[in-house]
Formats: sequence, structure tokens, C-alpha cells
Amino acid sequence: MAYVAVKGGERAIDAAHAWLAEERRGDPDVPEITIAQIGEQLGRAVDRVMAEASCYDPALASLAIKQAQGDLIEAAFLLRAYRTTLPRFAAARPIDTDAMQISRRISAIYKDLPGGQVLGPTYDYTHRLLDFRLADGAPPADDSPPASALQDMPKNGAEEGAAAGRMKPVSAILAHEGLIEEDDVADAPPGDLTREPLAFPAGRDLRLQALARGDEGFLLSLGYSTQRGWGGTHPFVGEIRVGEVAIEIDPPELGFPIEIGDIIVTECQMVNQFKGSKAAPPQFTRGYGLCFGHGERKAMAMALVDRAMRAEELGEEVIAPAQTIEFVLSHCDNIEATGFVEHLKLPHYVDFQSELETIRRLRREAEAFASQDRREAAE
Amino acid sequence: MAEGITGPEPNVKRQRWMAVLARASVTEIEALLAGMEPPRPHIRLRGPEIGLVMARGRAGGGGAPFNLGEMTVTRCTVRDAGGRIGHAYVIGRDPRHAELAAMLDAAMQDEARHDRLERMIIAPLAASQAEARAASARKTAATRVQFFTMANMR
Amino acid sequence: MTGLDLPGFADPVGDAQTTFRALLDAMARPGTLHEVADLAAPPPLGAASASVLLTLVDGETSLWLDASCMAARAWLVFHCGAVLTDDPATAAFAVSIGMPPLGIFCAGNDVAPEESATLVVQVEELGTGPAYRFSGPGLRLPSLLQVAGLPEDFPVQWTANHALYPRGIDLVLCAGARFCCLPRSVQIEMG
Repeated sequence: MAYVAVKGGERAIDAAHAWLAEERRGDPDVPEITIAQIGEQLGRAVDRVMAEASCYDPALASLAIKQAQGDLIEAAFLLRAYRTTLPRFAAARPIDTDAMQISRRISAIYKDLPGGQVLGPTYDYTHRLLDFRLADGAPPADDSPPASALQDMPKNGAEEGAAAGRMKPVSAILAHEGLIEEDDVADAPPGDLTREPLAFPAGRDLRLQALARGDEGFLLSLGYSTQRGWGGTHPFVGEIRVGEVAIEIDPPELGFPIEIGDIIVTECQMVNQFKGSKAAPPQFTRGYGLCFGHGERKAMAMALVDRAMRAEELGEEVIAPAQTIEFVLSHCDNIEATGFVEHLKLPHYVDFQSELETIRRLRREAEAFASQDRREAAE
Repeated sequence: MAEGITGPEPNVKRQRWMAVLARASVTEIEALLAGMEPPRPHIRLRGPEIGLVMARGRAGGGGAPFNLGEMTVTRCTVRDAGGRIGHAYVIGRDPRHAELAAMLDAAMQDEARHDRLERMIIAPLAASQAEARAASARKTAATRVQFFTMANMR
Repeated sequence: MTGLDLPGFADPVGDAQTTFRALLDAMARPGTLHEVADLAAPPPLGAASASVLLTLVDGETSLWLDASCMAARAWLVFHCGAVLTDDPATAAFAVSIGMPPLGIFCAGNDVAPEESATLVVQVEELGTGPAYRFSGPGLRLPSLLQVAGLPEDFPVQWTANHALYPRGIDLVLCAGARFCCLPRSVQIEMG
């Protein structure tokens, strides 16, 4: 591939940037949106940008969204680029999702699980009807739930304790009966695809890292494909939980671990049927999803694809895209993907000239051949 | 009642106050400091500087660790006039937050000031953080589904 | 907690960039003398060794300390975030007072010659002492530099190191605030 340096575009580029800035701002009679407004009112977009940029910083993600006019892939790109300018101080201890300060926790396999089903702030039971009251910024009409609904809750200590304290994952119930695979407890330092280029075969550590920052749309479609028979895994949502987890690091100068704050994450435990193999009895297996912010769809899709990619490990036939590790990992990063797709916009003048020459030559040769055929037929 | 900073596990106390300071906002810390004598001068040994910490999860929730993604973190280390070293690491990009936390970490190691700082700064911050968690837990509990079985009327 | 009494760079980003620029120039022109800005370095390190380490070493590079440098250990861990290693063969960087035997360090391999170690060696003085003659890439004409404190067999050790090219150790010689670089590509004779 060859690129040609072209001069003379600078003024055009300056003008394009100026117009872009004007377009980003929009009608100056409309108040300019603030970073705080984006952070507070477009939280799910902010969460998605943080997850796909692989960088947790709500204020920076909000800025990126503003700068990119709401183009979330562009915003993730901006945040990912900023990230590369910073030194890495430490790797945190793995987060303890059992100790999550839960805001949502549901299970599709046990109705009465310990700790209960906690809906949290969810769209699941909304009617998906456009709410025109939001358009006017009008106060909620009388039929909307009173804010007091949030206050009259049982101040019963046990209930509250369950929400605030440790909550065992649903998989622990099945583990008690030995009907589900156990977590592998190896504690080797995980691979890091931001430091070492991806190589295959990639272990589950690298796969999960790639999925955690993978494009939600891509993973959603792949997860969906497994449900439609392309590498089916018979999934059930064992559990989804959303909430705050503490981040703990071990600074060498202190000699003991310290908590440096909390982040919001979404976790999904998918429980999948497994018929058994030579090495393992029939049991449930698991797919795992974990991502920054409130990203339920992302975590669920991730868990489906994680399980699908374990096909070879579990002795299943690898027949579908979602099970093909190299296919998934090579294409799930939307920043790499956008770079390679969008690079097609760059000048390929020389490339194209040579293609043009080739086509012309082939055309001439084909015509010469055809006219020779005609002559021979006439003779 | 004054316990000071010694005791069987001095690091446990320090871990606690460092965690409380990391979770507090600059506004809160400054408001509490305003009610006290001005802090003693310190010199910066490192930072405040912004960097990253790699967050990790565990496969399946309890298995082998994997890299989840990075987060912005600010750190600072200071030395106060008494030679005490204060460290801070806080999530986010607020240099003032890291420096205040480091300064208070150094001050909290001073036996003479520890109890007063604990009472005037750390305890109120910890209380407001506990209250925020409790409020959030109450909201969460309001969305807990209370299943009940329909009585069979026949 | 010793070693934390001294700060690192006053302006971590700017000072590291300035030092890095000087290191690039020094590597490109083997044997030329360069100087770093003043820095309160932790004994026994001088300003040049300390600045070079602050610039090159971080939490993702392994550092081997010669026994002579242990007094600066806490400072290096704190300010560089260095990951210390006891095994010189696994070190990306090494620091020592006086020249350690080159053979104990990793010289890289033919697939990845860049994985070799870079040694920061503090010598007695640069600009006085026995003269060495340097020639090779980056030097139009051979250059001369006096270095006090290198072992007598240094030219012999270096010839063996140079013969490994493209593998081989790179050296940063430091004394006080001055330093010079000897990349593996340079040839050295007594001047």
C-alpha cells in the first residue's frame, strides 16, 4: 500500500475544522451543553465510552462525547488516545464483585435467591413509549411514580444489610450441589493486550480484556448469533449485578493495600448447559461478562461470547464465528476497526493508478484474445 | 478515649483514613479544614501527578485475574515540617484532592494532632460517606421485588 | 522510610523530556559529553545517573541494582516506580558504581536485539583520566574522551560486546552531572 504526501490542503482543512466547530456548537441561541450535563444526564453514553475506551473517567468521557458531537466511537477513540499520554502507576487488586454496593441485581434462574431480586434503575419495565413530558422539561405528570416511592422502603435491618453487605453470586448455589463448574483459581499475572500485541491462541485473560473493551454492537450481534444457532450455548442469566466496587492497590512505598475510591461496574454470570465430555461430567458451565459503568447489554453479550469462545476448551465443535477466538478478538475493537475501515478515505492515488493500469491491460488482452477467436472462427 | 495511632494494627487505622480521604470530595475536605487552624507547611516529594491504574476482574467472578481496563488516578506524596511522609492515591484527576489527602495522611501520623483531626475531619467524612451508602442502599431496597403467592380461592 | 527525603524531578514531564532528548543526542554521537540540570540525587548516585534513571525507568521496566547502589534503592523504587530484580540477566536497566562485568547482563537475541540491557554506570570522572578513542556510526572522525574509573580490561570487554552486534549492551557513563553514551555499535580503543 502506498500513500502520497499531498500539499495544498491546509487552508481547506482549517476551513473544515472551523465549520466543524461551528456545527458542533449548533445554533448559538440554544444554550451550550456542559460536561456536567452530559455526565449527569447522558450517563449510559458516558459509560459506554469509558468501557470501549478502556479508561474509567466520567468527566473525560463526557468531554469526549461533547467534542465528538455524540459520536460514541469517535469519543472512545479520543479517550483511548488521551490514555496513552499517562504513565501507569499500578495494577489494582482484582475487584471483589461479591462485595459490590448493589444498585441492581437480578437472576433469571432463581426467583427467591438470597438477597432477593433488586430491580434498580432499569428500563426493563418501561413501556418504550416516547415520553413527551421530557421534551418540554415539564415536571412529571401525576401518574408518574412519586419520588417518595424510593423512600418508603422497609427499614428492616436484614433487608438493608443484604443490599449493603456481601452478596454471594447465584452460581454459588449451584456450586453447593456441585452442578456447575468451579472458578479456576490460578493467580498468574494476567496478560495485557495494551502492552503485548495479541497473539493466538489467546488465553481467557486476554479474551476477557478484549471483550471488556470490545464494541457493544459487535458483541451484541455475536451474542445474538449464538442464540440463533451459530454456536449455541443454551444460556440462562444466572445473575446480573450493577453497582459500586472498591479499587484497591498496593503501593510499594506503603507496604499495605489501600482503597483509592469506587467505580461502577456491571457483571453478568451466564449459566450454560453442558452435556459433558470425556474430562468433565454433565454440568452447567459459565460465561462471564464485566464492564465499566452501567452496561447490562454489553455485559450479557460479553458473557455469551466468552462462553462461546470456550468451545474448544470444553471439547465442543468450533463451527461458528462467535466460537472462533481469532475472529472475535481481531474484530471486536471498534477503534482498530474504525481506523482500518476509515483509512480507506486516505489518498490511494498511486495504488489506484496501478490498479487502473492493470485493468486496462487485462481489458486490452481480453479484447485481443476475443478478436483472435473471432478471426479463427471466421476462417 | 484518645486512641492515637499506635495499637495492635496501626496500618489498619491508616488504611481506613486513607480510604475515607480518597472517597471524600475536595469541597468537603476544605470545608472541614476551614474550621481548623491552618495546616502546617509541607513540601512535595512526588506529584501531585496524574496517571493510570489498571483495574482487574476475575474470570467468572472468582477465578484467574484479567485486566478490565484502566482508570485515571492522581497521586501525591508530601513531607511535613516534622518529617512525616504522607501519601495519597485518589481516583480521578484532581491534583488538589491528592495533595490534601497526602497532607492529611502526614498530619494524621502526628500523635499530637491525630485525635483532633480524626474527630474534626475523618469522622465527619466517614459519617457522610456511610450516610450516602445507606441512602443508596435504601433506594436499592425500594426496588426489591416482594414475591407473594396468589391464594387459591377454590 | 529512608530515601523519601529527596524529591525527584522538579518538573517531572519537562525534565524527563529534556533528559531524554540529551540521551538521544548522546546515543547518536557516542562519547560526546552532555550535562543534566541540577538534581538533589540520593547518595551514592550523582545528578546524571539519577536523572537518566528517572527518565528511562518506570514501573514497566526491571532494574538491577549493584550492591554499591543499595542506599538509593528506596528513592529509585519510589520516584521511578522501578521493579527491582535480583537477577542481572533479566534486567532491562542496571545501575552500578563502577563497571560491572558486561557478561552477566542480557545482550538480547537475534530476533529481538532491543531486549538487551542498558547499563547506567557511574565512573569517577568524565574528562580526566585515561583517554579512549571511539569510532563507528554517528562519528565522522574518531573522538577522544578521558574517563577515570573504568577497569583496565574495559576495551577488551567492550570488543567482545561490540562483536555481538546487532546484539549487545548499551552503556551510559555518568559522573556528577555529566554523562556520555556508548551504544553497542561503537568501537573503543585506548587513545
